[in-house]
Amino acid sequence: MLSPVILFPAVLNGLMTGAVYALVALGLTLIYGVLHIINFAHGALLTAAMFAAFFAHKLLGLDPYVAAVLLTPLFFVLGYGLQRFVIGPAAHGEDRNILLVTLGLAVVIENALLYAFRADTRTINLPYAFNVVEIGPAFLAVPRVVAFVVVIFVALALWLILRLTDTGKAIRAVAKEKLGAELSGIDVAHIYAVTFGLGTACLAIAACLLISTYYVNPQAGNAFVLIAFTIVVLGGMGSVAGALIGGLFVGVVESLSGLWLGESLGQIGIFVMFILVLLFRPSGLFGERA
Amino acid sequence: MKGLAPILFAIVALAMVPLITSSNVVINFLVMALLIALVGQGWNLLGGYGGQYSFGHAAFFGTGAYVTAILQMRYGINAWVGFVIGIAAGALVGAVIGLLIFRAGLKGSYFALVTLAFAEVLRIVASVAPITGAGVGTLLKLDLRPEAFQFQSRALFYWIILAMVGLSLVLTRLIEGSRFGAYLVAVRENEDAASALGVDATMVKLCAMTISAAMTAAGGCFYAQYFLFLDAGIAYGPWISIEALLAPIIGGVGTVFGPLLGALVVKTLGEVTKLMTGDAPGLDLVIYGGVLILVVAFAPRGIAGLFADLRQRFGFSKIGGEGSRG
Amino acid sequence: MAELLRVENVSKRFGGLLAVDRASFVAETGRITALIGPNGAGKTTLFSIITGFQPPSEGHIRYDGVDITGEPPHRLARRGIARTFQIVQPFAGLTVRENIAVGAHLGRPNRVAALAAAGDVAREVGLGELLDRSAAALTVAGRKRLELARALAIEPKLLLLDEVLAGLNPSEIRDMVPVIRAICDRGITIVMIEHVMQAVMSLAEHVFVLSEGRIIAQGSPQAIASDPKVVEAYLGHGAASRMAGVAHA
Repeated sequence: MLSPVILFPAVLNGLMTGAVYALVALGLTLIYGVLHIINFAHGALLTAAMFAAFFAHKLLGLDPYVAAVLLTPLFFVLGYGLQRFVIGPAAHGEDRNILLVTLGLAVVIENALLYAFRADTRTINLPYAFNVVEIGPAFLAVPRVVAFVVVIFVALALWLILRLTDTGKAIRAVAKEKLGAELSGIDVAHIYAVTFGLGTACLAIAACLLISTYYVNPQAGNAFVLIAFTIVVLGGMGSVAGALIGGLFVGVVESLSGLWLGESLGQIGIFVMFILVLLFRPSGLFGERA
Repeated sequence: MKGLAPILFAIVALAMVPLITSSNVVINFLVMALLIALVGQGWNLLGGYGGQYSFGHAAFFGTGAYVTAILQMRYGINAWVGFVIGIAAGALVGAVIGLLIFRAGLKGSYFALVTLAFAEVLRIVASVAPITGAGVGTLLKLDLRPEAFQFQSRALFYWIILAMVGLSLVLTRLIEGSRFGAYLVAVRENEDAASALGVDATMVKLCAMTISAAMTAAGGCFYAQYFLFLDAGIAYGPWISIEALLAPIIGGVGTVFGPLLGALVVKTLGEVTKLMTGDAPGLDLVIYGGVLILVVAFAPRGIAGLFADLRQRFGFSKIGGEGSRG
Repeated sequence: MAELLRVENVSKRFGGLLAVDRASFVAETGRITALIGPNGAGKTTLFSIITGFQPPSEGHIRYDGVDITGEPPHRLARRGIARTFQIVQPFAGLTVRENIAVGAHLGRPNRVAALAAAGDVAREVGLGELLDRSAAALTVAGRKRLELARALAIEPKLLLLDEVLAGLNPSEIRDMVPVIRAICDRGITIVMIEHVMQAVMSLAEHVFVLSEGRIIAQGSPQAIASDPKVVEAYLGHGAASRMAGVAHA
């Protein structure tokens, strides 16, 4: 058994990583919860956001945290537009078509990035990237602590939007009962697009939080989205709280299993967990049994 | 047998090509197109007729390819025997994955997601497992004898893949006109209604997935013999999963000729892109993805659907044949 | 008379809600039995339990003397139990003939034979003219007939009809009633859920009334119509005495 002096930092680090996972998962689960589709373009959109954050720093000299303020609304608009003008009209309301369209978008975005920027891996250097905070026996990188705080804040904000605003109420109405919402005068196409926009905006924030400690290449987003899928399935498709708890949980599991198993097996571990959960508990560990 | 004449005609016409041209470029192009047609027909059987959209047909393609290659290279087994075992292995993987997925009751988005995940697991395993050559890949020994399933002349390879495509067309046509085919389409349209009529939906989907996997694995086996090189990204990579679904969807999902038509279009698009822009990485896939979205948006029944509409417009229609596909 | 179907003390619980509460009823061979009751009484739930779409929480289903509780729908169909769906479930992408042929395939592996049989069944329910029409293009009445035709095509011994008359106009109902009677006359036992009382009165020989998950009354249609318990189930507590009061006044 490992001593608490090693376990404690591992758990804290896991929570920090898990927070960003949770944010990516939050976007995915929000879209699933309302549109009842799995957005296969989520990973490619995260990659695009990471590139945007990268170039905002490289070309405009913007700190990622400043860039987040610009990129979040930008990606909200992008997501809104994609759903309103591409996915929605192209799918003719059929689930199978939506699958194909989001897959097509993923292929287009990922390979357009590959074409534009080649497969090179890029990183940015920030003066504070290696600063640490000390909590008991744990030394935590500042960007990760910031990420954790931001994610909690974003989740809270999202929750307040869904609870208190009219749009949030409309979103919840559409999620629960689309036809009923439509009959009571809610513009479902608009709400779908807003939801998709919110999900995509989550990715912009996640990208800005990631870019300070992580690299970007045309496939960078995929690793996170796979984990996000796992989280969303664990937490119950469509559940915001489930995504948050699931994200932190997976972060900790990954961090702890890294102590025992090493990095390379970690990736397979997540896939296996993912498949097992889908096969044997498709409604999620925290969700109700279907 | 009704409906087999057009297949015979198409195959005979395509078989003439090497007699007209000996250009390796043309033959190579057609071999790749036919390979995708075969792999796509596998996808079409499950996705087009059965309505189960797989995003991970690479799992079957790669298994066929690796089993053929590894049996030859590591166990000295004859290439033709390896070929058959490769197909069987692909079918087995399809049956096992299908059993797990369908018994868990997963469909729609979940089905796509889990098939994708299985393909990715296999890709990661293949990229680290020693038996596949891990990161280096598997190189098959050059041995240009018919006994070793390798030929001096590209034309022979071409006729073999053409024969395989021909078989897949005939098989699909036979399934279409059988009780199994009717059940499969019924399950696609409405699973509850089908089971109320005595259709064992799980079994029907499982059979379809097994045949589908076998067909796609056959494409993988051929790939190994033709290119004599495999790595995890080729065998289990997303490219083949995407082309497998792109061909039937562009050509006409749930139709016999859809995958062949679509494969020819996809590969032509790919070549044209290459000619116009040089061999820039990613650009062909950008175009594939764009075409996929456009087809879904504007021609959801693919090229075959466009043909059907044209025929109807010019008076060959059956009375009251309107109505949309579900 | 022999009984074909026996439902014994079947209950179905959804979380805290008891949708069916120890319901028992019997359908006798060759007869039309009706299951009536107000909306939400649990009729359709009971049907989906009988046909294997949902397992009961408690109780048993016997068919032809065999306990069939928990068997999956396709196996029950092969035993000769057919059902229609209250919310019609056509194979929308197929033609009427192809729709019916899926049912006809049950006893016929051959495609040509199944398609031919589908034509015969279609004519029996009055869809003969529409064989090559897409199922998606049918009217409500057409879809109801299609539901019936597909179920008939498996050549069942027991046919469960879930509101095949709902949504039809009076003249369409008048057309359908003899079709259902003819099916029964061919020797097929029918259990029907129905709201159209005029049809129940003219078709059914025996009626069971389900209210809040329980069988509260049974008997001939005439007896049921004047049973105060039934009137109360439909119109609310005390309705029967109020009506009696009105009648006496």
